[in-house]
Amino acid sequence: MGMKFCGPKYSLCCGLTSAWGIIQLILMGVFFKIRSPALIEDLHIPEEAHHNQTTYLEAMNDSYDLIGTNCFIAAALYAGTLVVCSWQFWLNLKS
Amino acid sequence: MGSLFRSEEMALCQLFLQSESAYTCVSELGELGLVQFRDLNPDVNAFQRKFVNEVRRCDEMERKLRYLEREIRKDGIPVQDTGENPEAPMPREMIDLEATFEKLENELKEVNSNAEALKRNYLELTELRHILKKTQGFFDEREGSMEPGGQTSLTQNLLPEDTKGPIQLGFVAGVILRERIPAFERMLWRACRGNVFLRQSEIEDPLEDPATGEQVLKSVFIIFFQGDQLKMRVKKICEGFRATMYPCPEAPADRREMAMGVKTRLDDLNTVLSQTQDHRHRVLVSASRNIRIWMMKVWKIKAIYHTLNMFNLDVIQNGLIAECWIPVADLETVQLALRRGTEKSGSLPAILNRLTTIEAPPTFHRTNKFTKAFQNLIDAYGVATYREINPAPYTIITFPFLFAIMFGDFGHGVVMALFGAWMVWKEKPLSAKKTDNEIWNIFFGGRYIILLMGLFSMYTGLIYNDIFSKALNIFGSSWHVSLSDEELSHEKEFMLDPTNDKQYEGAPYPFGLDPMWQISTNKINFFNSYKMKISITFGIIHMLFGVALSLWNNRFFQKTLNIYCEFIPQVLFMCCLFVYLVMLVFHKWVWYGGVGSSGETAPGCAPSILITFINMVLMKGYEEKKPGSVCEPYMYAGQFGLQRFLLVVALLCVPWMLIAKPYLMHRNQKRRQMMVQANGGEGVIEEGGVTAEAPAAEQEDMGEVMIHQGIHTIEYVLGSVSHTASYLRLWALSLAHAQLSEVLWGMVLRIGLSSGGHSGGIILYFIFAAWASLTIAILVLMEGLSAFLHTLRLHWERKEVSKESRIVGTRVEFQSKFYYGMGYAFIPFAFETILEQAEENVVAEQCK
Repeated sequence: MGMKFCGPKYSLCCGLTSAWGIIQLILMGVFFKIRSPALIEDLHIPEEAHHNQTTYLEAMNDSYDLIGTNCFIAAALYAGTLVVCSWQFWLNLKS
Repeated sequence: MGSLFRSEEMALCQLFLQSESAYTCVSELGELGLVQFRDLNPDVNAFQRKFVNEVRRCDEMERKLRYLEREIRKDGIPVQDTGENPEAPMPREMIDLEATFEKLENELKEVNSNAEALKRNYLELTELRHILKKTQGFFDEREGSMEPGGQTSLTQNLLPEDTKGPIQLGFVAGVILRERIPAFERMLWRACRGNVFLRQSEIEDPLEDPATGEQVLKSVFIIFFQGDQLKMRVKKICEGFRATMYPCPEAPADRREMAMGVKTRLDDLNTVLSQTQDHRHRVLVSASRNIRIWMMKVWKIKAIYHTLNMFNLDVIQNGLIAECWIPVADLETVQLALRRGTEKSGSLPAILNRLTTIEAPPTFHRTNKFTKAFQNLIDAYGVATYREINPAPYTIITFPFLFAIMFGDFGHGVVMALFGAWMVWKEKPLSAKKTDNEIWNIFFGGRYIILLMGLFSMYTGLIYNDIFSKALNIFGSSWHVSLSDEELSHEKEFMLDPTNDKQYEGAPYPFGLDPMWQISTNKINFFNSYKMKISITFGIIHMLFGVALSLWNNRFFQKTLNIYCEFIPQVLFMCCLFVYLVMLVFHKWVWYGGVGSSGETAPGCAPSILITFINMVLMKGYEEKKPGSVCEPYMYAGQFGLQRFLLVVALLCVPWMLIAKPYLMHRNQKRRQMMVQANGGEGVIEEGGVTAEAPAAEQEDMGEVMIHQGIHTIEYVLGSVSHTASYLRLWALSLAHAQLSEVLWGMVLRIGLSSGGHSGGIILYFIFAAWASLTIAILVLMEGLSAFLHTLRLHWERKEVSKESRIVGTRVEFQSKFYYGMGYAFIPFAFETILEQAEENVVAEQCK
């Protein structure tokens, strides 16, 4: 019954990756939102913002916010993946 | 003392068994699994032993069971494994078992042969049905073409008028393999010179060949011919091509009748076939319920008779004599088992007799599922000499710890620990699932090691403050960037000044490394020095610990000479050079700093420890303080004198190790010879109850002792240096690991993070998956494996035993300091291991 498109191993592997992704990406999102300096190397600051101090700070804050949001988006996508994978895994278990 | 520290004390025992009770006693001992029997007739080949017949019968039973199992598997019936462990059946039960298997096998064989016969019958009938159906078409065509009188065939025109009418054409119908058709046709044409007429038609659905069970494609053919000669010829050709011919009546009514008959017979056959199949299935299902237990029983019987074959026959008393190694602690249990065995058979009790021997007993470490994996690591290097100190208990801590120094990353540690914890958690269901997958078996066997390695890596990861190459700022960094905006906007890099209390709090980060280092540009320089120093420190502690263990070994074996002539100079040598080096490291860590007093520990005056140490060993002369320089050339007052003294002591240790032992041995030997002469040259001295083996062992060749000692000393002195360097691999691998994880983050995950816009979330989704799988594959699996191997190497090294002089050559790092590993393992006779092995063979066979 149902639409089974993943094998047991594949769904398990995806499920584990998504669980990891959810945990790590949510944590990273929080750290970006609170502007953790440990992540400063991962920011994207355009070249033209380097000249002025205020523009630089603005660009930095924007980048922190944007990446933080992106992390949450990716975590949400992984949550979706996890749901699909667990459904598939459950189907595999039943059959 | 716990047996994990030393191997169990073993006793060689002689066992007198009555021939009636021998079987039951051995079976009890097999269940116990604490006795290693010695083969008392090694010269006798397998066919000349006493219980050959029984072993052969067991083999026969095993063969039958394997046949049954194959049949069961062919039908896809699951074999029930109840996990039950049946006792070894009594010898008289063996006959019952044999009868049962015989009956089952015969039944199955009969069913199979019946089924085959039925299938053949069925095939013939189907072919006949096809022939009737297809040929009907040919006949219809012929009759159809004959009906209009004008269009007559070629033959008819050649014949005289009066013979006109239906010509008596004979025909043969049959079935042939489809691929033979072209050759068949050509052969017919040539042999009969074109005087036969062949029609053929393919049978659409493939038929089953009853002999092989394969599906084959066949064709129906019908050959028309005239005259008997041609008929003979055609029939011969058909036979030659293995075509099956079927009688086919000429008259349409007969054919129709025959078709009806064939149809009813086919239906009947179908019901019979399905009933046969049902019967076979029933037989197999009932067999599948018991087959596991039968298998186990047969394996046990076979193992018992194999063991009995190793015994000596005592013809006079009608008994069997066995020799076996038994752990002394278990003598009671063995006695009890023997009593149970004799009670079962109701004969005279078995007698267990302890023998004295000079033979080296086997090494037996009692392990549980946790210590087993560690013991295996040690045994892979060499099984401990009997009663030698066993490094396994120390390895439980040192192995994961040295691994973790190299694998220090909290994130990777968590992944590894979770994997190990899952295997430990699901231990029972996982171990019940037997597979042939070697890699999985290795991982599963080392599940506790993996768990511990993961946990220790989490700890070192926190110390290094490294989580996927990022740092956690839990307690608040001690460094602050308190620079004005003016300064910030001009310079690209800043040096934080540890003397400035606005930039450095003065107290270090409370646990592990300061998170600030992870984002600083001189991170590598800092980690370099730190990791190199801790790896040297741990290496020296580890080696010194190994040397210290040799003291216990020497005391245990009462080799006082070794303590004074080897252990003490070894420790002195190590302390004077390398422990002093470690102390210099700590001295530098503690006393030098940004803010310091003047004099030796003035700021900026910290010397290079490496250079200091090299200068000490190369005996560089006293250094004066350079004029105009603030720094003292020495770290503390009197350093020069102390270093000279230590070096001299260390150098003195070398001749001490080299000469003392051979000299003392030589002197003892001389004294003994004098005493022998004084006693009248008898050659045998009673030395306070020492057994007679002692003098023989003492009479060693002095030359050999000298060479042995020389090599031992050189090995130790050179080894100390090279092993210290060898421990630097801790430093190298840990740096490499940290660097690799940083590169992976920077090259892969950063692409996902810094891609702008809100579509970045979706890109991050995919990039993260790539990063995660690369992390597992490269950093956890590959790096983990390499760190594991290096840790293993630090624990034991290649061993080269040169055969001529029995000298144990380069053995290194930890174990070489005390471990000889020249023993042989205790392999008890246990049903558990025998069954496991047999089962593994079965699994391997199935996987093929």
